[in-house]
Amino acid sequence: MYKSIRTLACLLACLCFPCQADELGNFMSPGLGSSTEQADENSSHTLLVLPDGSGLPPGKATAAQGQSIYAIHCSACHGSDGKSGINDVLAGGQGTLGGPRPLRTVGSYWPYATTVFDFVRRAMPYHASGSLSDHELYAVTAYVLYLNAIVDLDTPVDREVLVKIVMPNKHGFVWAIPRR
Amino acid sequence: MNDYAAGNGLINRRVLLTRAVRGGAVAGAGLLIPGVSQGRPDWMRRPGGPMSETGAPSNYEAHVVRRNIASRPGTAGSGASRTPLGHLDGIITPSRLHFERHHGGIPDIDPANHQLRIDGMVARPLLFSVEDLLRYPIVSRIQFLECSGNSSGLIRPKPAKLDVTALHGLVSCSEWGGVPLHYLLDEAGIKPEGKWVIASGADSAALNRSVPLDKVLDDAIVALYQNGERLRPANGYPMRLFLPGWEGNASVKWLRTLSVTDQPAMSREETSKYTDLRDDGTAHMFTFPMGVKSVITAPSPGIGMHEKGIYQISGIAWSGAGSITRVEVSADGGRSWAYAALDTHVLPQALTRFRIGWDWQGQDAVLLSRATDSLGNIQPTREQNMQGRARGSFYHVNAMQAWSVDESGALENTYV
Repeated sequence: MYKSIRTLACLLACLCFPCQADELGNFMSPGLGSSTEQADENSSHTLLVLPDGSGLPPGKATAAQGQSIYAIHCSACHGSDGKSGINDVLAGGQGTLGGPRPLRTVGSYWPYATTVFDFVRRAMPYHASGSLSDHELYAVTAYVLYLNAIVDLDTPVDREVLVKIVMPNKHGFVWAIPRR
Repeated sequence: MNDYAAGNGLINRRVLLTRAVRGGAVAGAGLLIPGVSQGRPDWMRRPGGPMSETGAPSNYEAHVVRRNIASRPGTAGSGASRTPLGHLDGIITPSRLHFERHHGGIPDIDPANHQLRIDGMVARPLLFSVEDLLRYPIVSRIQFLECSGNSSGLIRPKPAKLDVTALHGLVSCSEWGGVPLHYLLDEAGIKPEGKWVIASGADSAALNRSVPLDKVLDDAIVALYQNGERLRPANGYPMRLFLPGWEGNASVKWLRTLSVTDQPAMSREETSKYTDLRDDGTAHMFTFPMGVKSVITAPSPGIGMHEKGIYQISGIAWSGAGSITRVEVSADGGRSWAYAALDTHVLPQALTRFRIGWDWQGQDAVLLSRATDSLGNIQPTREQNMQGRARGSFYHVNAMQAWSVDESGALENTYV
């Protein structure tokens, strides 16, 4: 019903005025989208992880297990302690945000632990993104959290743990748009 | 005194026209061209070069290039190159000079092996090939794209010795053509609980951003064309999300996935980056529309002033909230203001070109511009814009910016 009213309005408008594509914009869609079912059979396409944990794969690992993976893949850019590398500082800075020299790191600024897994899986290590296994991803996520004193060296980190972690700055963000 | 529209030499348009004629009669000493024979310069004595499959600018414009193309160590392909605003006029940025901001380099995507996937809270998850999308209704609009890190040089406590490209070159404007996303989401069938759309790219960073569904249904497109040709690789070939007026990072390039969700992803790019830390320690997130802003592109450091006389002050103004309705210019650091003339094309969420004449007789001056948009938003002063910002919080700067002019005609970024 809604669509037919729009079509009628478009027709009437076109009879009276030259039709402006941008203003009316109610052209027929060719409807060419194809089902994803076939594609899903041979690929795990969706990388998306949400703060509620959806999208996180099965698996668990400890920071202790992540130490060597971090040393191989991360420390060249981020420093062995996450504080002294040539690129983003990952650790430290807690308690500095309201002060004269705020330092934004995973521990001081990032509101969700799930984001660490999501970002590392998407984009890291920089020169070989997508190369770490799920186990290695959990391990290196745990290690980055360990560098920020958010988990212990021997705490197994899995989906449940990542969702439950209350990051130090979880409540530090104000939405600039109405919450929805 | 009636000749002047405001203090320190700003001229109204009528005066500018009459003076230009008078000036033309007095000047015109002629140009001594080397290599002239039989009254003709070299290039008039034999046929010129051949046609070409793709054009290139004049050899004499080879200096007009993007700036800052180097990446930081360990991040090859990433960084932010800048549009050379001081060398451009009008409102369209040539595609080859559009600013760049990449987080994992520029992928070389074969369109035959790329698909857009729509999934999540939809009745029918769908895949679209590039060929599919080219058959959908396409809309084409002239709109700016601005990195939310643009103009961040203005947060420095002392004025940085930067030119207009270095300060403001992370904004460009193109004619973007693409498929309105409502067609594709209607086809997939959004479930009632869907409130956000998470866009993800096919670059090595798989960069993702969360966009409120109402924006996506309102005016978002999957852009396929830029300035009449298919997107350049640096701008997302073969397809990118384009969100008119919103911070550039959210218009995800090399678009691969749109997932409908009931919550934002809280991705690294919308939490750790592109958020605005305040001096009380809280931070604003989802600051999407870019604020009303204007910049004088000429004269500016390195551009323009060499002798006393009549100049045209020219610049660009834009607002993520709507159209530009007014640009005021001052030549005396804000003590007096005159309305600048706006070029013909004043379009929503597009660069608008403004101009005003200026009689410069070697006096010290401070040039400033101030834009107002169709929602009545007025560009803030630097002081207002810095109010409450944490140290180092550099996104979403839209402060008025001033150029000082000394008696030699040299220009510098300054604070008023």
